[in-house]
Amino acid sequence: MDFPILSLIIFLPLLGATFIFLFRYQKDNNKSAIYVSIFTSLANLLLSLFLWFSFDNNYSGFQFIEEKNWISGLIKFKLGIDGISILFILLTAFITPICIFSCINSVKERVKEFLIAILVLETFMIGVFCSLDLVIFYLFFEAGLIPMFLIIGIWGGERRVYSAFKFFLYTLLGSVLMLVAIISIYWITGTTDITSIHEIKIPSEFQHLLWLAFFSSFAVKMPMWPVHTWLPDAHVEAPTAGSVILAAILLKMGGYGFLRFSIPLFPIATEYFTPMIYFLSLIAIIYTSLVALMQEDMKKLIAYSSVAHMGYVTLGIFTLTKQGIDGGMFQMLSHGLISAALFLCVGVLYDRSHSRLIETYGGVVNSIPKYSLVFIIFALAALGLPGTTGFLGEFLVLIGIFQKNYLIGLVATIGVVLCAAYMLWLSKRVIFGQIKNPEIKTLKDVNFSEGTILFILATIVIFFGFYPDPLLNTMNVSVNGLIDNYEKDLIYHLSASK
Amino acid sequence: MTYNLNILLPEIFLSISIFLILMVGVFFKKSYNLVTNLSLIALVILIVIILNTESTSVKIFTDSFIRDGYAKFIKILIIISTIFILLSSQVFIKDNNIAKFEYPIIILLSILGMFFMVSSNDLILFYLGLELQSLSLYVLAAIDRDNTRSTESGVKYFVLSALSSGLLLYGCSLLYGFTGSTNFDIISNSLNTSSVGSIFAMVFILVGLAFKVSAVPFHMWTPDVYEGSPTSITNFFSAAPKVAGLAVLIRFMQTPFENILVEWQTIIIFISIASMILGAVAAIGQNNIKRLMAYSSIGHIGYALAGVATGTDSGYMSSIVYITIYIVMSIGMFACIFLMKKNGKYTEKIYDLSGISKKHPLVAISFLIILFSLAGIPPLGGFFAKFYVFMTVIENGMYFLAIVGLLTTVISAFYYLRIIKIIYFDEFAGSFDRIRNFSITGTIFLSCILLATFFLYPSTLNNIVSLVFTS
Repeated sequence: MDFPILSLIIFLPLLGATFIFLFRYQKDNNKSAIYVSIFTSLANLLLSLFLWFSFDNNYSGFQFIEEKNWISGLIKFKLGIDGISILFILLTAFITPICIFSCINSVKERVKEFLIAILVLETFMIGVFCSLDLVIFYLFFEAGLIPMFLIIGIWGGERRVYSAFKFFLYTLLGSVLMLVAIISIYWITGTTDITSIHEIKIPSEFQHLLWLAFFSSFAVKMPMWPVHTWLPDAHVEAPTAGSVILAAILLKMGGYGFLRFSIPLFPIATEYFTPMIYFLSLIAIIYTSLVALMQEDMKKLIAYSSVAHMGYVTLGIFTLTKQGIDGGMFQMLSHGLISAALFLCVGVLYDRSHSRLIETYGGVVNSIPKYSLVFIIFALAALGLPGTTGFLGEFLVLIGIFQKNYLIGLVATIGVVLCAAYMLWLSKRVIFGQIKNPEIKTLKDVNFSEGTILFILATIVIFFGFYPDPLLNTMNVSVNGLIDNYEKDLIYHLSASK
Repeated sequence: MTYNLNILLPEIFLSISIFLILMVGVFFKKSYNLVTNLSLIALVILIVIILNTESTSVKIFTDSFIRDGYAKFIKILIIISTIFILLSSQVFIKDNNIAKFEYPIIILLSILGMFFMVSSNDLILFYLGLELQSLSLYVLAAIDRDNTRSTESGVKYFVLSALSSGLLLYGCSLLYGFTGSTNFDIISNSLNTSSVGSIFAMVFILVGLAFKVSAVPFHMWTPDVYEGSPTSITNFFSAAPKVAGLAVLIRFMQTPFENILVEWQTIIIFISIASMILGAVAAIGQNNIKRLMAYSSIGHIGYALAGVATGTDSGYMSSIVYITIYIVMSIGMFACIFLMKKNGKYTEKIYDLSGISKKHPLVAISFLIILFSLAGIPPLGGFFAKFYVFMTVIENGMYFLAIVGLLTTVISAFYYLRIIKIIYFDEFAGSFDRIRNFSITGTIFLSCILLATFFLYPSTLNNIVSLVFTS
């Protein structure tokens, strides 16, 4: 395809942000800034939907490839998508307008800057999922830190400074090792284009260190136990829209990185380190679920549950079976929607009574029934009720893991129970029970825009819970290709080493 | 002979204009503006002259002066940075009563010294150039003579720098004693690793040069001099002498010390790592923005030296690219600092920046871009500077250096983030006076645009540097 649609999708939000930035001195500009940002993000959503429809589900290679000379002689600016990345682009393009709509209610000061930050962030996030070159990937991956740092720091809660610094430094520390690895790969293979690296194949003696360097970055981003501690802080202090983006998209970059880089580029190391990943994932599932049980802050609870859910994702991805990877992918997408929705729900309560503590609430269903209905739907989706996307993701992951090892599968299943425990307990304490706090009686139910957003999210979660085929078909060929290539490369390396 | 003079044309032109402008300054009363404008015009003409000379490598005056593409590039870099520094510091200079007509003239003199330094192919010419530059810099540091801090920093700089010049001169004489010549080419041919004396000489010369570029462990003067000198002078210190020092360091590694690479490589690696670590750690506790910039410049020199440490042409090129990008950031940063004026007084405390993003959004976003770029976060220019350096470092298998360097990036990110935190997250604590000056805003704008759009054409600068390097 000649038309550079990927570049357009990447840079359209940036254009919108520039537009808002330049027209900042007009009067009544908050409104126009909101219109501009809504327009650009919706246009981007339409473009990515168009991309999805014109995407060929039966082709296993990369599509819509764009290539430009960038650093002459060294690196090409190369973009392209396959069945895995298109879904993340869709997710990003879908979540961004939701964030913008949600901030109309919750962000009161410096709205323009907020919108600029969100749009710039969208550019970087979509860039991450489109890039087919390690350096370009790194560029977008790191650049996303800047707007997120500002979003947490400027519009965050009380301990926002601490959280913003922790977020930034943790992620930067993980990523610099990846930069060393990327440059090393360039000098080993002579290129940073991942399709060419895949053909040249990285010699097996280098793979372990390189894998670890990439792992350090993705594990922090994911986040995996024990480097997950930045996440609860960042989630709690970030404004609602920030938490939503963080949970829905930024966390997925880690999983995407494993699928796109770690597994295809370093098959020997992947094989070698798989037990470690299982171990860490299991700890994440069990330990963070237990931690989530004890939380008194709603946002923190959801943050810890994110870590647990991400544990299923890594578990599923590294089973390297069809069902496992499908499940990991599906879990990421479903978590993207559900956790986003849960954070929005918490945000709705927070906007009204300015407390995130569970103990302030109780009996909310009596005063705001509509809200309570949606909250319960998402809580049930998060614990994996059949008929929601949450169920399918966990189910596929468990199928995958039971093929590999019964014991691990068993422990992972305990996590499902724990998840149900903290989610149901959360709902019980917040939604049901006696009204202890008189303020609850005067709460206003969701307004039109909040209701619409939550309704759309609920519909999608339930729709894909019953009919996941559109998503599964899109990734099907790519996932098969990933597994085939992985097995072929593994055999190639093993026979080469003999 | 006339042919030789042609090659020396930029230096001759600069000397003559210095004397003419000095006469103008002496004979006209209150001639600061006139002198500054004349100096700027002279610098612009100088760029034209240098651009019109050929880039082929020529040595004249019994091989003591070399003109090549490399020297040309460095000279143009020095001039351009000086022009921007002079332009952006005018308001500051006038507000602080240091608008003396000697000011621009001494800057021109130090540039003349730098020109001879970067073009020298002989120890004597090199030392003369270095001293001309250093003497001018001592005067500049103390130019605010009624201010104790400024005079103190001038004296401090003079004493320490004289010591290092002494060591350097001692190294030069040792080198002459062991090789029998002061010419770089002859020294290069007669030096080898077996001669212990020549290694001593190399160490002394390295010490002197490390002092000039303020690399650890010879950095002690930097924070004090940066803090004490008037900001306009600090701005100059962090740009032009750094380029000249690094350029001449590279020249030394490339020609006279070419054959004892193994010996100096270890030293440079040590200096580089020490500078990166100190630059990152010591800046954390600073509350004075000039002092902070001093430590930051020490750290950045560490990264630039990491490229030199590889001992390859691509490494030297990456260092030059690094220092070029660093200068863009430094000039932009100081131009922002020139705007920090509260109630008629210029402040240097970073807490005075508290919450200025609310009142001065454009200043705040300029700070943001420059600081993130200094921290080396993509997609800004500073990232590419580091990227190119670590590219060559890893090419040469120096993984330890690369990993230490990148980890210190994370540490140093902390204090850059701290300033951003103060600007964006903290409560508003009073606005700055309005300074409407086109050259300050223009400099900031240019610097930010260059840094923010560097990723569009990241290899242009590289291509230019490799072009001048290979000529």
